Amino acid sequence: MNTQQTPIIEMKNIEKHFGRVIALAGVSVEIHPGECHCLLGDNGAGKSTFIKTMSGVHKPTQGEIFFEGKPMHFENPRDAIEAGIATVHQHLAMIPLMSVSRNFFMGNEPERRFGPMKLFDHDYANQVTMEEMRKMGINLRGPDQAVGTLSGGERQTVAIARAVHFGAKVLILDEPTSALGVRQTANVLATIDKVRKQGVSVVFITHNVRHALAVGDRFTVLNRGKTLGTAVRGEITPEELQDMMAGGQEMVALEGSLGGTV
Amino acid sequence: MAQAIPPAEQSDERVKDISSFRKALIRPELGGIVGTMAVFTFFLLFAFDSGMFNSQGVMNWSIVSAQFMIIAVGACLLMIAGEFDLSVGSMIGFAGMIIAIFTVTLGWPAWMSIFMTFIICIAIGGLNGWIVIRTGLPSFIVTLAFLFILRGFTIFLPQVIERKTIIGGIKDASEGDWLAGMFGGKIFGGLFTWLGDIGAIATFERGSRIGEPVVDGIPMLIIWAIGLVIFGHILLTKTKFGNWIFAAGGDAEAARNSGVPVSRVKIMMFMFSAFCATVFAVCQVMEFGSAGADRGLLKEFEAIIAVVIGGALLTGGYGSVLGAALGALIFGVVQQGLFFAGVESSLFRVFLGVILLFAVILNTYIRRIITGER
Repeated sequence: MNTQQTPIIEMKNIEKHFGRVIALAGVSVEIHPGECHCLLGDNGAGKSTFIKTMSGVHKPTQGEIFFEGKPMHFENPRDAIEAGIATVHQHLAMIPLMSVSRNFFMGNEPERRFGPMKLFDHDYANQVTMEEMRKMGINLRGPDQAVGTLSGGERQTVAIARAVHFGAKVLILDEPTSALGVRQTANVLATIDKVRKQGVSVVFITHNVRHALAVGDRFTVLNRGKTLGTAVRGEITPEELQDMMAGGQEMVALEGSLGGTV
Repeated sequence: MAQAIPPAEQSDERVKDISSFRKALIRPELGGIVGTMAVFTFFLLFAFDSGMFNSQGVMNWSIVSAQFMIIAVGACLLMIAGEFDLSVGSMIGFAGMIIAIFTVTLGWPAWMSIFMTFIICIAIGGLNGWIVIRTGLPSFIVTLAFLFILRGFTIFLPQVIERKTIIGGIKDASEGDWLAGMFGGKIFGGLFTWLGDIGAIATFERGSRIGEPVVDGIPMLIIWAIGLVIFGHILLTKTKFGNWIFAAGGDAEAARNSGVPVSRVKIMMFMFSAFCATVFAVCQVMEFGSAGADRGLLKEFEAIIAVVIGGALLTGGYGSVLGAALGALIFGVVQQGLFFAGVESSLFRVFLGVILLFAVILNTYIRRIITGER
C-alpha cells in the first residue's frame, strides 16, 4: 500500500452516539487522492451515519477527522461542499420535473448581466450540460429534456458529473447501484471509473461485493459500527469480503445451505 | 432545443424522437393557449353583436381579467414553489379595510396608508410562510386558518371603529395623492381622446360628456396586471431565483441537498402572494372609493383555478406565469362574455367547475409525459 501520500480525508476512531444508541463505535479510514475506496457493510452496520459524519451532517461524538492533513470541523453540509466533499444521494439528487440543465446548475446557477438585472445564463448552462453529458456518454435530446425521462443510472451519472464539474475532490456515493438494473449498474460503475481517472477520490458505499470489486482500489468493511480493517485490491477474495460484512460464522453456515450462491 | 445538438453526435437508438405535437404538449402554457383560442372563437361567433368587442366591452372584460391576473401571478409562483395560499381573498378584504381605516378614520394621507398596508400585509404573508416552514404543516391548513382570522378582523374592525361594515369616502380623502393615483387612476387618456376624435372608438353622443370617448384611458389596474405578469415570468424563467422556485416545489429535500435556500424561497413567495393580494385590494378600494367587509370572497379559489387552467401542477415544481395569465384571461372573458351573450350568470360556476376538472386531468397527463412515468 502506498502510505507515503497524505490522505485527503483521514478519520481516526470516530464514534457517534445517538442517546443510548452507539451508531459508530470506532471507525478509522483513510481516503487517498484519486482512489476508489469502497465502504462495505450490511444494513445497519453504520454506513449512513458514517457518510453523514464525513459530509458534515453529523458531528462525531469522539475521534478526529483530518481533511488534507488538517483537522476539520464542518458545521454543516454546506461547509463540506465548499471544501470539496460532495455527496450524491441515492434518491434525493435530482428533480424529475426540471430539465437536465436546470438540475445540473441547481444551487450554482451561472448568471450574466442584462442591464441592471442578473439573469440565469441559460445558453452557457445548456452548452456546459450537453458537453458534460456527452463526456459521460449520455445522449440527451436537448438540455431542456426533463430529468424524469432519464433512467435511474443516468440520473446518478448526471449527479456525479455535476459534483465533479463543481470542483468536488471527494465524491461520496451512497449506494448508487442498489436500485439499478444490470446494464445501468455497469454504466454507473463506468462513470465512477472515469471520475477516478480525473483524480477525484471516490467513496463508494455499497453492500454488493461484486460492484465493489469491479471498481474499488481499497475496501473497508464496516460491521456493527466498527471498521474491520482495510484491504487492497487483489489481496482479498469476494468470499472473504462477504464473510466480514455478514459477521463470519453464521454466514458460512447459511452459504453452505444455499449452495454457495449468495 | 433541437438546434443545440451538433450534427456529429449520434443519437441514442433507445430514445424515441418525440413528435412536435408531444413537444408542444409539455409546454405548460398549452392548455391556456388552446383555451383562450376556444373561448374567443366561441364568443366571437355567439356574442359578436352584443357589444362585447367594442371599446367599452373590451375594457369591461379586460378589467375583470386583469383583476384575476394580479392574484393569479402570486398564486402561480407560490404553487410552483410547492405551497398554497388560501388567505388571498381574506387578505384582499383585510387590506382594503385597513387602508380605509387609516385614511378615513385616522385621517392619514393616502400614500402613508397604502404604504403601511403593504408592510402589514406582506408581514402577514411572511408569517404564513414562517409558520408553514417551522411547523411543517401543510400550507393548506395554515392559510385556511388565516382565511378565517383575517376575514374575522375585516368584519370586526369597522364595526368597532365606525359602527358599519363598509367604510366610504376614500376617494375624497385620497384626491390628488401620488401613490393612490398609481393604483386608481387611468393613463393614456390623451390617446383615447384622439382615438375618439378620429372615430376609431365610440364617443358619448349626448349628456354632459358629449364628444368624449366612452373609454377614457387604461386603468392602472391593467398596467399592474401586465407589469406583474412580466415580472413573474422573467423571475421564474430567466433568473437564478426562478430556478430555486422550481426546485423548492419539485423536491424540497433534493433542492436543500444542492444548496438551495428552500425555506427562504417559500417564505418570500408567501410574501409575494400577499403583495399581489394587496395590489388587488388597493386598486379596488381606489376604484370604488370604499372598503367592504365582504370584498375578495372566494378570490383564493379563483386565483388557484386560473393557475391550474394555466398548466401549473397542484403538487408544485411545474407551471408558467404566462399560462396563469391566460387562465385569468379565460376566466374574465367567460364571466363577462356570458353576461353579454345573455346567458344566466349562475351557469358561469358550472363552466368553472367543468373547466377546472378538465385542466387538472390534462395537467396530470402532461406530468406523466414529462417524467416518463407510466
